[in-house]
Amino acid sequence: MTDANDPRDPAARPAAEPGPTAGRTAGVPTPADDANDLDAPADDVNAAATGTPLLELAAVSKHYGNIRALEEVSLTVRAGRVTCVLGDNGAGKSTLIKIIAGLHRHDAGVFRVDGAETTLASPRQALELGIATVYQDLAMVPLMPVWRNFFLGSEPTVGRGPLRRLDVRRMRSTTRERLLRMGIDLRDVDQPIGTLSGGERQSVAIARAVHFGARVLVLDEPTAALGVKQAGVVLRRVAAARDAGLGVVLVTHNPHHAHLVGDHFVLLKRGAMAGDHAAGEITLDELTRQMAGGSELAELGHELRRAAPPGPDSDE
Amino acid sequence: MSATVESIAAEDERLLPRSPLRRLIGRPELGSVLGAVAVFLVFAVVADNFLRAGSLGTVLYAASTIGIMAVPVALLMIGGEFDLSAGVMVTSSALISSMISYEFTANVWVGIGVSLVATLAIGLFNGILLTRTGLPSFIITLGTFLMLTGLNLGFTKLISGTVATKSIADMDGFPAARALFASQLNIGGFAVQVTVLWWIAMIAAATWILLRTRAGNWIFAVGGGRDAARAVGVPVERTKIGLYLGVALGAWISGQHLLFNYNVVQSGEGVGNELIYIAAAVIGGCLLTGGYGSAIGAAVGALIFGMTSKGIVFAQWDPNWFKFFLGAMLLAATLLNLWIRRRAEATR
Repeated sequence: MTDANDPRDPAARPAAEPGPTAGRTAGVPTPADDANDLDAPADDVNAAATGTPLLELAAVSKHYGNIRALEEVSLTVRAGRVTCVLGDNGAGKSTLIKIIAGLHRHDAGVFRVDGAETTLASPRQALELGIATVYQDLAMVPLMPVWRNFFLGSEPTVGRGPLRRLDVRRMRSTTRERLLRMGIDLRDVDQPIGTLSGGERQSVAIARAVHFGARVLVLDEPTAALGVKQAGVVLRRVAAARDAGLGVVLVTHNPHHAHLVGDHFVLLKRGAMAGDHAAGEITLDELTRQMAGGSELAELGHELRRAAPPGPDSDE
Repeated sequence: MSATVESIAAEDERLLPRSPLRRLIGRPELGSVLGAVAVFLVFAVVADNFLRAGSLGTVLYAASTIGIMAVPVALLMIGGEFDLSAGVMVTSSALISSMISYEFTANVWVGIGVSLVATLAIGLFNGILLTRTGLPSFIITLGTFLMLTGLNLGFTKLISGTVATKSIADMDGFPAARALFASQLNIGGFAVQVTVLWWIAMIAAATWILLRTRAGNWIFAVGGGRDAARAVGVPVERTKIGLYLGVALGAWISGQHLLFNYNVVQSGEGVGNELIYIAAAVIGGCLLTGGYGSAIGAAVGALIFGMTSKGIVFAQWDPNWFKFFLGAMLLAATLLNLWIRRRAEATR
């Protein structure tokens, strides 16, 4: 892939321009020129943003025995908007994801999907409600071909009885087409998914979630293990999913990445809310400062400066 | 879309089409096929009788008796599990069939039916114990292996008073059952054992399941990434239990062949065969860690075993060397597979 951070990257074009055969079949709007408005607010989806939130958590808490993993956390996910959940290790991000994904039930507070109060009993139920979670390990089998991974667990079949078989042709073409829309041109969907780069695997996971009708996309640290370019590729997919009308929950500990795509920032600290800001209200510096714990970071910086031996390029 | 995509693809060196040769190298069976060709050539040169139709029929028969089990064992290994009880399970299945027929009825079909149910129950026991406890399959099936070995010997001694069962050759249904499980057919002038047909049917069914059904997708997935498979809704437990049932089905077919070929069953047989099945699957490209392999590869692995065991006889070598050759071949095939896979991944 060419430079992922260049918005005029020609390689990203096919994603926004599906050809005549690439159908708009699944009812998901084609990502509108995802390459160009990475930082710009999505004006065209403002209408959707004012309706009922897709997902709403109000003062949700979760206890594991006597450990308060999550304490009165509130969060709103709207269509076409990116809600970022920021926090350091142990801040409760994983617990929050597990509640949204249906792996754990919340103990207190209100969880609403499309305005209706819900308690998710299983990941399957979350999926049926259109909540798709892309975990860090991506739920992929490295040795299996891309197309087999793409449809794993929801394989389409043709024929009946003992002749019921995988619709291999459709699986391959759909995989190719869906990835092309995401801006990944895989010539060979037969290659084991383990041979793709980390960013490409993330993109496949996102494409898979979108294909299977996700309305809310929960991304667990999608840029954590990636280099700068690869992270750019993934953030572009996040923007593409947003522009396709999905509500995105981006869980990260990287304020730089969050600030690039986020419409709303929820800060977690030791399981509790430490901040809740809309995109216009907070600068990157302020976000970074709050996330790192403000005065704690200043103190750390002070400590490190004194401890560091004076070098030739030191300021002091 | 094609015009834009092609022009962009041409700019990206990673999107070059893979050559047919490289596609071939990516197949798991390749190592075993090369090995089979090498073994065939060696015996074709050193053993005068090896290329005769009768000899090849013998080789195919030997390969089929291993292959009927190696194929489902390969599927199980692709699913990420072992079955050390597979060898003695064949004997158990034959013993159950024989003793039920002899002790309770005079019709062999009753024994065959009861044996099918009982053998599947053993497979079910392995599978359920594995999925419920989460213990390694090595331990669980080592347990059932020892238990079945003991039961085979103990029950046979208890019921027939010796180490072998009594002959059932004079019972109702014996000729028909023999035709089904242990006869020799004449196909186009060649004498072919019926087990070869069972073997081919097994290969076809396993390959179909593995490559063209949802279950096959799940088998690869539970072996290559169990947690990932579970996260996307693959029924991991059911898939693994199904694989153990497949091994049990193979054991039933093999067991009935054993019984109807010799009329009697030696209760101590089968011990050690489980490792031969595993070796055939590994030679055929199955990874010990699961998630990779093929049924055809395992069948070719079985063919290598058949050629070696009979080729040594045709070449008039001391058959005591057989096991040594097998061990050397297992290592060579595994190294070859490893080398091919590394090259395939490096040059992709």
